[in-house]
Amino acid sequence: MIQNNKFEVVPIDRVAVEERVGRLNKRSIKKESKVQALKLALSMVDLTTLEGKDSEGKVRQLCQKAKSPHPSMPDIPSVAAVCVYPNMVRIAKESLRGTKINVASVASAFPSGMAPLPIRIEDTKYAVEEGADEVDMVITRGAFLEGEYNFVFDEIAAIKEACGDAHLKVILETGELHTYENVRLASDIAMEAGADFIKTSTGKISPAATQPVTLVMLEAIRDFYYKTDKMVGMKPAGGIRTAKQAIQYLVLVKETLGAAWLNNEYFRFGASSLANDLLMQIVKQQTGHYQGPDYFSID
Amino acid sequence: MSETKTKETTYKPTSPNSKLDFASLWEYSEAPESSANLEIKDKYDLFIGGKFVKPSKDRYFKSINPSSNEEVTQFAEATQKDVDKAVKAARKAFKGEWSDLNPSSRGKYIYRIARMLQERAREFAIAESIDGGKPIRESRDVDIPLAAAYFFYYAGWADKLEYAFPGKKPEALGVCGQIIPWNFPLLMLAWKIAPALACGNTVVLKPAETTSLTAMMFAELVKDAGLPDGVVNIVTGAGQTGAEIVNHKDIDKIAFTGSTNVGKIIQKSLAGTDKKYTLELGGKGALILFEDAPIDQAVEGIINAIYFNQGHVCCAGSRLLVQENIADKVIMKLKDRLETLIVGDPLDKNTDIGAINSKEQFDRVNSYLELGVEEGAEVYQSKCSVPENGYFIRPTLFTNVSQSNRVVQEEIFGPVLTVQSFRTADEAIEKANNTPFGLAGGVWTDKGSKIFKVGSALRSGVVWANTYNKFDPTSPFGGYKESGVGREGGLHGLSAYLNLK
Repeated sequence: MIQNNKFEVVPIDRVAVEERVGRLNKRSIKKESKVQALKLALSMVDLTTLEGKDSEGKVRQLCQKAKSPHPSMPDIPSVAAVCVYPNMVRIAKESLRGTKINVASVASAFPSGMAPLPIRIEDTKYAVEEGADEVDMVITRGAFLEGEYNFVFDEIAAIKEACGDAHLKVILETGELHTYENVRLASDIAMEAGADFIKTSTGKISPAATQPVTLVMLEAIRDFYYKTDKMVGMKPAGGIRTAKQAIQYLVLVKETLGAAWLNNEYFRFGASSLANDLLMQIVKQQTGHYQGPDYFSID
Repeated sequence: MSETKTKETTYKPTSPNSKLDFASLWEYSEAPESSANLEIKDKYDLFIGGKFVKPSKDRYFKSINPSSNEEVTQFAEATQKDVDKAVKAARKAFKGEWSDLNPSSRGKYIYRIARMLQERAREFAIAESIDGGKPIRESRDVDIPLAAAYFFYYAGWADKLEYAFPGKKPEALGVCGQIIPWNFPLLMLAWKIAPALACGNTVVLKPAETTSLTAMMFAELVKDAGLPDGVVNIVTGAGQTGAEIVNHKDIDKIAFTGSTNVGKIIQKSLAGTDKKYTLELGGKGALILFEDAPIDQAVEGIINAIYFNQGHVCCAGSRLLVQENIADKVIMKLKDRLETLIVGDPLDKNTDIGAINSKEQFDRVNSYLELGVEEGAEVYQSKCSVPENGYFIRPTLFTNVSQSNRVVQEEIFGPVLTVQSFRTADEAIEKANNTPFGLAGGVWTDKGSKIFKVGSALRSGVVWANTYNKFDPTSPFGGYKESGVGREGGLHGLSAYLNLK
């Protein structure tokens, strides 16, 4: 059993974190570097639908979009993954057969995590058996806020085990953690417990991903890498809707962790409407003109 | 165009390369700010009595763009005769008009200057970067907006002087001679001119010879603002022109910002006169980093403390004192952070570190780099590329240095940080104070009580906590010991331009 005091609170200065983000937002990304960034961002998108009213048809259409985001422009990359609920994994897997696009499934009593651990493990196993390549789990925020860090560590480790070969993304739900210190601590616990990725949000709680939270998590990943040589991925999710925002996130990654993280193996965007804005900007860069939103499929 | 040597010496890093790779993949494309709309004249005359007048000896000197080594323009060289003319114009304006003017009207003129600075902010920012080499990000976001803020702030005092010092009657001093440095040309002009005018004084100002462009653009602005003739006079020239101002008999106050050496000369020549003076001189600020600090944010603070404006900052934090148990970690993080600093074209919006201001300063910083190596320090420089023309120096760290090294004791005024470790807070305070300077310092800790304990033990005019290089017109600024005499900014800065009876 791990003792609570294994996890050290790392002080974070809120003002300075936000100032750093402000400074990075001043990077001016133009011309070739912009085209490169837009395509890179598109290749990092986890195209997501997580609604109670999701249908098989909708998931199939989303998968089609993932494979070929804008058919009239063939050199546009496909997205990284499609992210769905466990009972849609099979449909997504079938639709994406023969492609490199992964199927990610939320699991472990998403989005609240308010179920006993055995049930959450079953939920995870089900998603993996259905064919999920990646599992997006949630932590028990209540336990974390109570200071039950061992509980959080253990649940992540248990779900990681249930994942088998599937990659595990650990959702911290930073909107419920309140302080950057908590974000940092939760990131450290998740990485120690075996997370392949750490992820900001479920998308069901506001605020979802923010840049300062992402910077704090990237710095946690950097310290973990310094210490263990293990590269952990990062996924901001929720609230990222514009290409401009996406490029700002890429600047954070580039200047915090460097080139090794600038690919979809180590960085993802959890988003649904972002893809179309990226496409619109890519088309603008290539043709010099903006096309109306109706020229881009809404899936 | 010039044969001057601009090639910098590079030093092989004496430590292993970083684990992180910041160089490959996704480089930012060039993003230069356009200077097409900025009109720079071929040469600038002196601004005396509300008119641009030729220098008496008709001599002009070149101003060089330090990032390209090309001529920007030429400025007039003011001689004793010209300075005398400027002082007479200032005296006439003081007696006749400015000091008797209704204080709220005086305030109105200063507000107008502030607003016009905002309107012309872009031109001023570009000019500052071309003439002085500082990155456009800083001239655009710091120098020019802050300069306007100082005018706005002191404009507000113009009609409230009666209330500023209860029980005392404020009176203007008369004609103020003001000599400013090259590191923040327009901002230092604002620090000097705004409080002087608000208090009812008139001024003769001399900008630094390498960076006079924005001062002359300011002269044009003053003319356009309709300020009474002679209230602001600007004379360009080198040290000799400055000496003529300092030694002029009809000047009531000298305000100087610059090097400690020149400050000492000025103080000597003012001895025995009844001129008032304020001197804002050099520094060798210590940054004290405790083990309980938020380290990643502290690293950002250190970067801002020493590499802001190429380290050409009198209050720069150029000595890092780091608690020994986190020293290795902090040095590693600093080295990684250096790799992401972009050195290059001052007009590129992504540039973090621009050009060293002049050949003279470039040589000076390089001589300190050589000295540090000779003294046995370990040197680390970022691996970034720098432009071939112009005066550029990579951000530099010296580790394995001690209190007795000259690079630790003397002001380098360049992008060079020395790193020492300490064990106890008392040791840190002792090392921080063990310098003839005392302008600014910084403390990083998560613990509030430690900030107060250490902060109040530092013999230093400014102490920033968990941040650095933050300025505000309401806050006084100035030094202990050889860092200067008097305060600028805030109420304190006001009293430096008044006789309080």
